[in-house]
Parts: sequence; structure tokens; C-alpha cells
Amino acid sequence: MGKRRKIWLSAMMLLLAGALALTGCGGGGGNTGSGGSSGSGGSSGANAGGSAGGESSGEGAASGDEGDEIKVGILHSLSGTMAISEVSVKDAELLAIEEINAKGGVLGKKLVPIVEDGASDWPTFAEKARKLLSEDKVAAVFGGWTSASRKAMLPVFEELNGLLWYPVQYEGLEASPNIFYTGATTNQQIVPSVTWLLENRGKKFFLLGSDYVFPRTANKIIKAQLAAEGGEVVGEEYTPLGHTDFSTIISKIRQADPDVVYNTLNGDSNVAFFKQLKDAGITAQDLTTLSVSIAEEEIRGIGADVLAGHLAAWNYFQTTDTPENRAFVEAYKAKYGRDRVTADPIEAGYIAVYLWAAAVEKAGTTDVDAVREAAKGIGFDAPEGKVTIDGDNQHIYKTVRIGEVQPDGMFKELWATDGPVKPDPYLTGYEWAAGLAEE
Amino acid sequence: MSVFSLAPRRVWLLAGYAAAASALLGAPLYLNDFRLNLLAKFLALAIVALGLDLLWGYTGVLSLGHGVFFGLGAYAMAMHLKLVASGGKLPDFMSWSGLTKLPWFWKPFGSPAFAMLAGLLLPMLLALLLGWFTFQSRIKGVYFTILTQALVIITTTLFVGQQAYTGGTNGITGYTTLFGLRLSDPRVKVWLYLVTAVALLAAFALCRYLAGSRFGRVLRAIRDGENRARFIGYDPSRYQVTAFCISAGLAGLAGMLFVLHVGIISPSMMGIVPSIEMVLWVAIGGRGTLVGAVLGAILMNGAKSLLSESYPELWTLLIGLLFVAVVIFMPRGLAGLVDLPAALRRRRERTDAGGGSGGVGGFGNAAGAEAGGAEGVRHSPV
Repeated sequence: MGKRRKIWLSAMMLLLAGALALTGCGGGGGNTGSGGSSGSGGSSGANAGGSAGGESSGEGAASGDEGDEIKVGILHSLSGTMAISEVSVKDAELLAIEEINAKGGVLGKKLVPIVEDGASDWPTFAEKARKLLSEDKVAAVFGGWTSASRKAMLPVFEELNGLLWYPVQYEGLEASPNIFYTGATTNQQIVPSVTWLLENRGKKFFLLGSDYVFPRTANKIIKAQLAAEGGEVVGEEYTPLGHTDFSTIISKIRQADPDVVYNTLNGDSNVAFFKQLKDAGITAQDLTTLSVSIAEEEIRGIGADVLAGHLAAWNYFQTTDTPENRAFVEAYKAKYGRDRVTADPIEAGYIAVYLWAAAVEKAGTTDVDAVREAAKGIGFDAPEGKVTIDGDNQHIYKTVRIGEVQPDGMFKELWATDGPVKPDPYLTGYEWAAGLAEE
Repeated sequence: MSVFSLAPRRVWLLAGYAAAASALLGAPLYLNDFRLNLLAKFLALAIVALGLDLLWGYTGVLSLGHGVFFGLGAYAMAMHLKLVASGGKLPDFMSWSGLTKLPWFWKPFGSPAFAMLAGLLLPMLLALLLGWFTFQSRIKGVYFTILTQALVIITTTLFVGQQAYTGGTNGITGYTTLFGLRLSDPRVKVWLYLVTAVALLAAFALCRYLAGSRFGRVLRAIRDGENRARFIGYDPSRYQVTAFCISAGLAGLAGMLFVLHVGIISPSMMGIVPSIEMVLWVAIGGRGTLVGAVLGAILMNGAKSLLSESYPELWTLLIGLLFVAVVIFMPRGLAGLVDLPAALRRRRERTDAGGGSGGVGGFGNAAGAEAGGAEGVRHSPV
């Protein structure tokens, strides 16, 4: 008995030491590191040595563009609740990097992606952003999804003067000099969609959202807009993230009898809401719903049969008819599988890499200040159509689209703006929005 | 009882403490800014583990709600930092949540002294309230643990829901200065690291002292036989409440330091998963040994950081493997390895004697926390 135990214990120690040693080697890229050998020794000195050894080789390597390589960071949640959405964006960014490298790289140098896991945890996003900037000295970081992850990373990028390219539609009211926003701000998604709904579907709105910053801020904007444009709010409900019982809310919707349910639910809640709506016998013919967080990827998860006929507002659909998009969809599917779909944030991540590369080419260096300056006014023929960086707020001009979910899980475009819309994160161009942003 | 009359083991122990302390305080010399910042964060978390160990390892009370106490401390500090960073204006999240003036309970947090005091005392007060009502009515064991989980759910829901007052899911972030010092200045970071290291050493010394004192012996007596302790004439609930309060205060202290190093606090950090993780650090390190708790917190978080850097797609599996391996092969945690030879000897003796020893193992053992802890854990199924 004692002997068996001994063997188990030594096996365990081997495993621990092995894991730590692996970490030491894999981390630095070089062969300096191994505080790992004393892994199970159990003094705090050993641990400190481990953390020091693993990464110290990065120090001498200096900034991202020395030698014939340029390091760029990719920071999305690869684990945790957000992984389901963010992994596809990471894939699109890696695809763009691969394509750029195939065409000769940037400034004649190869791009080397360094992938980190934000783990759906906001302090982890901050920690990894700091690691990418101060340890790996990357030239730019592509990453983030939730507003919370962006807000957590923002101080790090401002402190270390890094560049973050953020690829998701968000609630606006922000313009950091260290962030480029390639997703829509409110006047490129929410505001035009509300106007369209008022003109085409009715005046009575029911606002439904998950209880966090994006839905609350979005609904604040929608309420101000409805008040100004002659709409009416007949209900406003928030559910905790991950909430799955919508029977009460569906009966409230029945009672309020709105023309439109404006849906800012996020994640799993959408599955439950739309399934229960269908079970309650309410179809897209009876009630218009417009969602701002449901794209092709989410439709795959919820089921096209449940969502068919419902609406969504985005800047890009997989069905968007441009030559660039046909090439993008083909390349994405060829690399990651025929069953994969593209969607708005995926496309926004993809074009972020191209826009940054174009800015670096124009600047002739990866220096952050030079790139930021060069990025002003840079345009790109994106899958969604022409996009241009607005130098004033570092958002991009985007075409706004409203689509209807088809039984095959794709969108049919119902409406689009004539051309790209100028980004206006603080909604300064709208009189009714005067009181929304304090600054 | 002079130091030199003690077994060589004791001398080694003291030497080990000295080495560990100097390694901690000397870290700025051999770690770069980024790694130092990470280590500082781990040290702050180790303070939580110390408090939890005092409560769980020594008193036998399992709290799965320490995320709340940690979070309260962190929020107190964050509120102060946010007010300073906003420079007299309304904090940004309040204005976009529709507030027009600062809520009354935010106002005193403009003073750093108040914020720090609140960060320490609020968690203790909450622990006192919860502990008083539960331990007085002799709610214990798993029922107490469930109550602490309920506390977590209530608190996180409250913090997420009151976006205008707490920053909602985003939490509070975007700080600039503390006492007029720029938090982004590397020199300030070294100082903050040292403050954290000293706080950890002080917390360790406090817990070590408590564990070795009469108070600590009563705690262990309660752990090993609550009714027996009661019959001897001690009131267990008082001791349990006190241990719970001290433990909560340490968690609050850790939260304050955590915010300074990490730069953000959000409700997800006081949720169920982090609360359970905190207990895991103690379990992995070795419940009932203070060194084990500290090591568990530092090593687990260190492993998490390093593994996720090296294997961003695989690290969750590796961490899971590590957990399972430790639980199966090292039921007494990492600290158990130190006593491995002694443990094996004891086991052999016990097998030879044909049966376990009685329940008083941890009782009259004044030799020190380490031995006491090791004795105590023997009662758990091995």
C-alpha cells in the first residue's frame, strides 16, 4: 500500500514538473527558461523563478518590427461563455494575416500572430493586453468582443500607448486615441434601424435586453429617438445574462401588444426567447422583432426554423453581394470548413487587419503614433463594401443593412443605406441625443 | 522554550520563512515590470487564501462566499480611484446610465482614508452580521456553506443590476492616481508591489500567531469536535464569528490591493466561480497549513497565467488535469509533500497498529501550525 502510494506521488510530481517545464519552454520562444525543474519543491522562490524564467527571453527582442517579422497580438476569449462567438473572429483575423503574408507581408515583413486567451474574464483581458504590449511588444492587437472587455483593456492601451482594433458593434459614446473601432457605432446600426422600423412596421416599441451596459445604453438612445420621431415605448424589460425563462416577458409582450420588439438580448437568452415565442404561437407574421446581436453564427446555434422571418440590423451579411465578399466567404470556408458561416463581427475582424496593414504601409513604420496618423482617411474595399477610417474618432464609415432570416439560416437584405454612413459615436448629429452624452 | 532547544525541523522552518520573505521582497530586482505586476496580483490573492485557511483549515467552517468580501474591499478602493480619476466630474458610467449627480454613498469615498477603512471594515461588518445570525442559531456545516453561496448570488445580482451606482457588468475601471501618484509609473508599481508583499507577510504573521495562540487551539478544538469544545465551556459561535470576521477582513484587504494592481473590478470577480476558486487554492496548497494556502494561491494563479500564455487553446484542460491530479494523488495538497516522509512513516505505523488514531490529534499539539494542520487533516478521508 505504502509502495503504491509512493509511485503515485512520484508520478504526480513528474507531471507537475513536466507541466511547469513545458510552460517555461513554450512561453519564451527561446530556450532560456526553466525554473520549472524545481516545480514541486514548494518554496515561493521556485515560483518566482518559474515566472521569471519563462518569459525573460522576450526582453532583448525589442519592438514588433525588427528583423523580418512583425508581431501582432490576437486577444479573444477562447474559453468561457464568450468563446462561442469570439473564436470565429480570431479565425477571420488569422485568415487575413495569412492572406497578407501570402502577398508578401507588410513593409516586406511577415506578420507573426501571437494568440492569447481572454477567457471571457475582464481582468484577464487587461492582463493579456499588458503581456502582449510589454512582453511581446506587438505592433497592434486585434481583439475583444464585449464592451466590458474593451473597457478593461482601454486603460492598458492608453498607458502603454498600444493600438487595439475592436471588431464588434457597440453602444458608442467612446473614442479612445488608442482604439480603432471597426464594428458599428449606434448611428450605423441602431438609430437607422429604429427609423426604418417606424416607417415600415409601426410606432409601438417593446424594448427587451440583457441586463448589462450595451442594452441599457442602446435603449436609452432608442427611447430618446422614439420620443423625437413619434414612436412610443410600451414596455422595457431586462433579464440577467444567461436568463432562459421568458414566459412572464412573453405575456407582458402580449399585454402591451407592440408593433415591434427591439431585441438587445445577448447569448443563450436568445435561444430561449425565440423558442418560447414560437411555442407561444407568436410568429414573425404576428410580431416584428429586430435583433442587433443575432448574426449568421447565432442563427446556427438557435436554429433557422425558429428565427425564420425575424429581422436583424447589421453592416454585413454572408449574402452581401460584392466580389470581395464572395472571395472572403470562399476563403473562410476553404480554410475552416464548409459548414462554417461568416457574420458581421467576423468580417469586421477580418477588415481590421487589412486596414491596419494599409496604415502601416502608408506610414512606412509600425510606430503607433505614425500609424494612427497615417490611418486617417484610409479606405478599403471590404466584403461589406467600401469602408473608410474616420480620422476624427477612429471609427469607420459603414453601410447599414436590415435583413430577414431565411429558412436556410442566411439573411435576405430588405433595406440598405445608399452608401457608407459616417460614424458618429457621440450622436452629435442628432438633436434629440443632446442630453445623452455628458462630455 | 528557546528556539535552539527545538527540533532541527523548526530551525529549517524559520530559515525557510526568512528565505521566502527575502525572495518576495527582492522580487523587483529580478522580475520585469509585467511579471512583477502579475506576482503582485498573486500575492494579493494569497492574502484571501490565508484568511480562508484560517476559517476552513483551522475552524472547519467552509465559506464559498469569500468573493463577496474580496469584492467589497475591491469596490471600496475602486470607488475612490474612480472619483479621483473623474476629477470632480461624474464618473463616466454614471452619466451614461442616466445619473446627474453623485449618489450620497459615493461621496465619502473621495477620501482615501475612508475608502481604505471601508474596504477593511465593510467586509468584516457583513461577516459579523451573517456570522452572528448563522452561528448563534447553530447553523453550520453544509448549511452555512449554502448560505454563503446565496450571499454571493444576492450580491452579484445587486451589483449587476444597479448599473448606475456600481458600473454594472463592466465594473469600475479607468483609474489614474492614488495619493497623487500615477499608477502607471513603474516606480509606483514597485512600491505597490512591496506594499502588497509586506501586507502578505503581515497577514501571514497574524494568522500564524493566531493559529499558535490559545485562540487558535480553541478554533481547532471546535473544528475537531464542536460539542466537546462547548462542553468544556467555550462558546463556539463566538470563535467562529471572530474567525469569519478576520477572514473577511483579510479578503477585503486583498481586494483593495488587487484593484491597485489589476486596474479593474467587476461583479464577475466576486461571483460563484471565483469564490470556489479561492477555496481550491487552499485545497491545492494544503488545507490547515498557512504556507500551503499561500503557495496554493500563488502557484495555481501562476500556472494559470503561464499555461494560458503558452497554450491559449489548451490551458483550461491542463489546469483541469492539474486539479484532478492533485485531488487524487495529493489529498493533503502541496504542503503535504513536505511532510511526505513523516506521513509515510505514520501510515506504516498506523497500518501496523491496525486502525486509525482517535479524534484528539489536533488538540493539545502546541508544536506549531504545521504539525497541527497535518494532524487535523488526517481525519479527512485520505
